[in-house]
Amino acid sequence: MSAPRDYESIPGTYVYDAERGRVGYHLNMFCMSLNKPENRAAFKADEAAYLSRFTLTPEQKDAVLKRDWLGMLRVGGNIYYTIKIAFCDGLTFQDVAGMMCGMPKDEYAKMMLAGGRTPVGNLYKTTPRAGEKS
Amino acid sequence: MARIVGGIACSHVPAIGVAVDKGNDGNPYWKPYFERIQPAREWLAKLKPDVAILIYNDHANALSLELIPTFLLGTAAEFPIADEGFGPRPVPKVIGHPRLAWHLVENLILDEFDMTIANAMPVDHGLTVPLTVTCGQPAAWPFEVIPLCVNVIQYPPPTGVRCFKLGQAIRRAVEDFPEDLRVVVYGTGGMSHQLQGERAGFVNQAFDQSFLDGMVDDPVRLTQISHTQYMRESGSEGIEMVMWLAMRGALGEHVREAFRYYHVPTSNTAAGLLCLDSE
Repeated sequence: MSAPRDYESIPGTYVYDAERGRVGYHLNMFCMSLNKPENRAAFKADEAAYLSRFTLTPEQKDAVLKRDWLGMLRVGGNIYYTIKIAFCDGLTFQDVAGMMCGMPKDEYAKMMLAGGRTPVGNLYKTTPRAGEKS
Repeated sequence: MARIVGGIACSHVPAIGVAVDKGNDGNPYWKPYFERIQPAREWLAKLKPDVAILIYNDHANALSLELIPTFLLGTAAEFPIADEGFGPRPVPKVIGHPRLAWHLVENLILDEFDMTIANAMPVDHGLTVPLTVTCGQPAAWPFEVIPLCVNVIQYPPPTGVRCFKLGQAIRRAVEDFPEDLRVVVYGTGGMSHQLQGERAGFVNQAFDQSFLDGMVDDPVRLTQISHTQYMRESGSEGIEMVMWLAMRGALGEHVREAFRYYHVPTSNTAAGLLCLDSE
């Protein structure tokens, strides 16, 4: 029996479930390798060459090279793993969060200071998100 | 006989650790947070615990996707600080309590909670940030720490009910330990937050306030929250709050609220700190 995936109705959210775990394993293990300083140096020296050590799909490689943070989630990235690339780039979690929701850094920081993204209109995909045209 | 004297629910936002490590805890962004949590540090110091059982999750540091234990208990004599991708945090190494840890392993497994046993592992911000929040920057941590990791990174994590029952089993096991020890239990993570996707930055203050109330008076109500409800209403990473329920289960039926603080934002997250006396 397959577990119900009623969480798919949550907007703007990529639950790292069995399906994503199956396709994202190698992508995330590449990210994990960046915990080691010598691997961070090798990746920065030649990103494409370093990536070729891992069995990533072309889409996964492309998303990493382009730093397409949202794209990485769509091809099986887990945020706790993909954030290692951001750390390697000298970015913070908040920088990446802003990029994933397409907000300029200052605007995102301002939203957080004002109490964060509101639950109003952000609980179900069927309702438009705050600031989004229906 | 060992006994549980208190419980701490504490967010483990990495930025809190970075603020302290870089000496930024006095700047305008962080000052209000660190000023308000001071009574929690005083409460814990007065409680004089010998050992903490610290329930947290690893963030791709000690563990990877190669092996994903749902529950893991650290039995080592000491735990080094992990390099999470930008060098290890400059905090004291964590000293374990192998005798109590092995006692917990034996008792929990025979009580039908199948713990994975870790004889060697580094610990990351999930464990060290709550120590920083509640103990500041001592030269050595003031008590021994038994790390208890819960998987909340690969869906599905254990249910709230399961975590609450694990806490109850931890209490039984601690009370069965023959040495005279004062034990505190930490439940870490939360509160509402989402770090990923177009909905990043999600915070639900009403959910969090209701959760804090329930932690004191009605944890059984909280055990009924489904995984989808956590992710929808408290953000995809808010699901970490199942770890608070493991702590609450370990405290017994009645608790006294000693301290509560709720703060938005700490980086991308709503941070909560709740100290409970065990009765």
